[in-house]
Amino acid sequence: MAFEQQARTSSLLLRQGKMKRVLGSCLSWLYLACIYGFIFLPVAVLVLFSFQDGRLPVPPFNGVSLQWYEAVFADRKLMAALANSFLVATTSSIVACALGFLAAYALARYRLPGSAWQRGLLIAPMTVSYLIIALGLLAVLNTLGIPLSLWTVGIGHVVINLPLCFAIIYASMGDHHINIERAARDLGASDFKVMTLVTAPMLMPSIMAAFFLSVTFSWDEFIIAFLLSRFDVTLPVEIWSMLRSGLNPKTNAIGSLVFLISVAVLLVLELALFGRSRKS
Amino acid sequence: MTTATLEQSEHRKAWGLVAPALLWTVAFFVIPFLYMAAMSLWSRQGREILRVWNLDNYARFFNESALLRGLTNSLEITLTVTVLSVLLAYPLAWIIAERVPKRWQRMALILAILPFWTSYVVRSYSWLLVLSKGGVINQALLGIGLISEPLEIASNRTATVIGFVHFFVMLLTLTIYSNLIQLSPNYRRAAADLGANAFQTFWHVILPLTLPGVMTGAFLTFVLCIGDYITPQILGGNNELVLPQIIMLQIGRRADFPMAAALSIILMLAVTAAYVLCARWLKIERA
Amino acid sequence: MTASVSIRNATKTYGPFKALDDVSLDIDAGEFIVLLGPSGCGKTTLLSILGGFTTPTAGSVSIGGRDMTGVAPARRPTTTMFQDYALFPHMRLVDNVGFGLRMRGLPKNERDDKAMGFLNLVGLKSAARKKPHELSGGQRQRVALARALAVDPDVLLLDEPLGALDLKLRRQMQDELKAIQQRVGTTFVHVTHDQEEAMAIADRIVVMNQGKVEDFGAPAEIHMRPKSLFSAGFMGEINFLQGRVREAANDGARVETPVGTVVLPAANFTIRKPVPGDDVTLCIRPEHFCDAASHSAVRLGEAHITASAFFGTHFRCHLAPMAANQLSLVAHMPQASAVRPGERIPLALDPSGVTALAVA
Repeated sequence: MAFEQQARTSSLLLRQGKMKRVLGSCLSWLYLACIYGFIFLPVAVLVLFSFQDGRLPVPPFNGVSLQWYEAVFADRKLMAALANSFLVATTSSIVACALGFLAAYALARYRLPGSAWQRGLLIAPMTVSYLIIALGLLAVLNTLGIPLSLWTVGIGHVVINLPLCFAIIYASMGDHHINIERAARDLGASDFKVMTLVTAPMLMPSIMAAFFLSVTFSWDEFIIAFLLSRFDVTLPVEIWSMLRSGLNPKTNAIGSLVFLISVAVLLVLELALFGRSRKS
Repeated sequence: MTTATLEQSEHRKAWGLVAPALLWTVAFFVIPFLYMAAMSLWSRQGREILRVWNLDNYARFFNESALLRGLTNSLEITLTVTVLSVLLAYPLAWIIAERVPKRWQRMALILAILPFWTSYVVRSYSWLLVLSKGGVINQALLGIGLISEPLEIASNRTATVIGFVHFFVMLLTLTIYSNLIQLSPNYRRAAADLGANAFQTFWHVILPLTLPGVMTGAFLTFVLCIGDYITPQILGGNNELVLPQIIMLQIGRRADFPMAAALSIILMLAVTAAYVLCARWLKIERA
Repeated sequence: MTASVSIRNATKTYGPFKALDDVSLDIDAGEFIVLLGPSGCGKTTLLSILGGFTTPTAGSVSIGGRDMTGVAPARRPTTTMFQDYALFPHMRLVDNVGFGLRMRGLPKNERDDKAMGFLNLVGLKSAARKKPHELSGGQRQRVALARALAVDPDVLLLDEPLGALDLKLRRQMQDELKAIQQRVGTTFVHVTHDQEEAMAIADRIVVMNQGKVEDFGAPAEIHMRPKSLFSAGFMGEINFLQGRVREAANDGARVETPVGTVVLPAANFTIRKPVPGDDVTLCIRPEHFCDAASHSAVRLGEAHITASAFFGTHFRCHLAPMAANQLSLVAHMPQASAVRPGERIPLALDPSGVTALAVA
């Protein structure tokens, strides 16, 4: 009798436990659905109304039309801004990666006096708002009478991306690489050859990661590009000026395009890099 | 003697490698920053800058409520955004790390941060499409007859907060998730083995272990949020300006560079204060 | 190619710490030398000084008669095989092995040919297009060997190259290493802390401790006639028995110990000739306790067996001699003897296996 009762309570407990788990997992999925909804709502609306057959990118949806995409491709200023953004992003990222790699190599491999200070100095721009970096540069450029151009935007973007590149590459320079470089030197490689034939290729995954992250940041950066450019502008600045005309399906179209291109690039990188890392 | 010269030449080589990065940082970051700090102590006369040292700009900041209000608006919005984002992102990261099957986790994570890759300006704009008077939400609510007049949800502080939270939930999910999966499952097993239930395990074991990561993410959120101009400018309307908007007003319409510099320094100090407050949780280390 | 190595009074200090303390050593061309000792004994520092990665605080190194002190690693006729192999992770095996030749300016087809030859030597020719991460630990070790040999060094320096391998693979690689060394004839200087490995491969072993050379000689010599207590203890299990020389002649000496008197040949005193009144330590390996019936045996009364365990080739027993039951000796008993704890057995010693050293 007592045993039976015990058995019954334990099966009840078991059932309660199961109920609790099912309930918990239901709540989890519900939460997941809601938050994904929140995350994707604006993007979905953006893309949907880029196909709007009408002058306003808001409901009701009048039907599918590609007219706004045509308008985007016909817009010479927008296309020029796209090219500018690409140019500034790649150039500034290459410079940031190169400087970051050299500095990381020196600080990870040689014992320099004050290396902690040097690391701190190189990382410092990361903790300062872009707006402040842009203002400082603007003030100096104004005082020196240097005209604003894509070059000045590029300089600003190297300032914000250098700490990032340095930190990523420095973090990947493990001590286990030291013996590999020693081996190369032992086999007769000069310092330059060790760096170009051994260290850089060995760290290529993290150098590429730093590069693509920099490109992303530079590509999307607004405030520095806005304050430090004049006639030639980058894409975010051009889109910004389009916004002044209010809600416009053309803005949806260029926004969707940028999004789709980014996702495509991301997908290719993911497949290429992740596929490779899985093999090893 | 030979070792000394060897060391010297090694040193010279190392300096040669690190010099370009250091010079770049000094020339384009440190000097401009110091110049701006100096400028915040000068004043403006018409369109000219007077190089007389005084604290007038800072005095004006504390006496002019419109300026001071900018800082408090910034702090209020930033703190709300940071707290809300952490509260929304942690469960999401936890569900992805614990409930989603292993092989789908990466996919779920990529999906969760996909809108990251819309252009920053466009992202705020797309919330305008959702929240404005003719936007999706109002139309939907009108359509099902829940309201008869469109709601005022765009062009105010709520809209700014929503726009920010949307962005930072993605960022924080990424950082918290990477923290969660680094934890050995044995922690959870050990806690359960010792009699802790799911909540106790989370509260006493998982949360403390992920706290440094969460705080790092929260600090990053704070820094990026308080310095942002775009989101409040697009979504916030013109009633409650935040500090970056006021700074942009100084250099735009008023051409008051010294005042903009002073406000920037104040913005910096706010970030530094936040850093000092959560410094004990922040860790930046070399792998 | 091959060359002799001579180290004169090498010392390396790190602050107050002496990693290497006045070490002198002469290595013949084509020898397989093993530097043996516990971690921190200075063996790796010595190897690093030979390779040129560390500059000695004092002393000199010459290879093939040329002074090498202060010469950069790349300019020395040495190559190093690193403990973690240090293979270039982004290069195929053939490129790894050919790297040194590339640095010497050999055209691609020539260096590929040569690299393939060396990969063939270590049995990895068919894997030439693979990358290091596709290999097992033993295979990586072979590639590292091929890469180090490809530049035709006079002296190959091996820094615990077998340390990361499991025991079985390690024994197999020892044999291969020895065979390859004999084939190429290069002088090998090999660092390890494993005395079995040292005995398996070395022509001569250098036993090191606390920055100093304790012993230097052929494996059998070091095992049978150690020149220091440390060396005696490091080369395998051993019993130390305190004694005093009672009588000494040209061909031998009588030593009195707590378990009885032992007569030893003079050759068994490795440090100095026996003088009556000297305190000595007798070093007795467990296998040198023998059957009391054999005619060369020195009988030492009886002993209790306090513990015993079967080791396959022998029983390993702990003995307490009746004459001095506070002592505990370790002895190996024959496989067939079926000894049991608690039994009493006659204790006897083969004096030729005993070494007498000065008391520490």
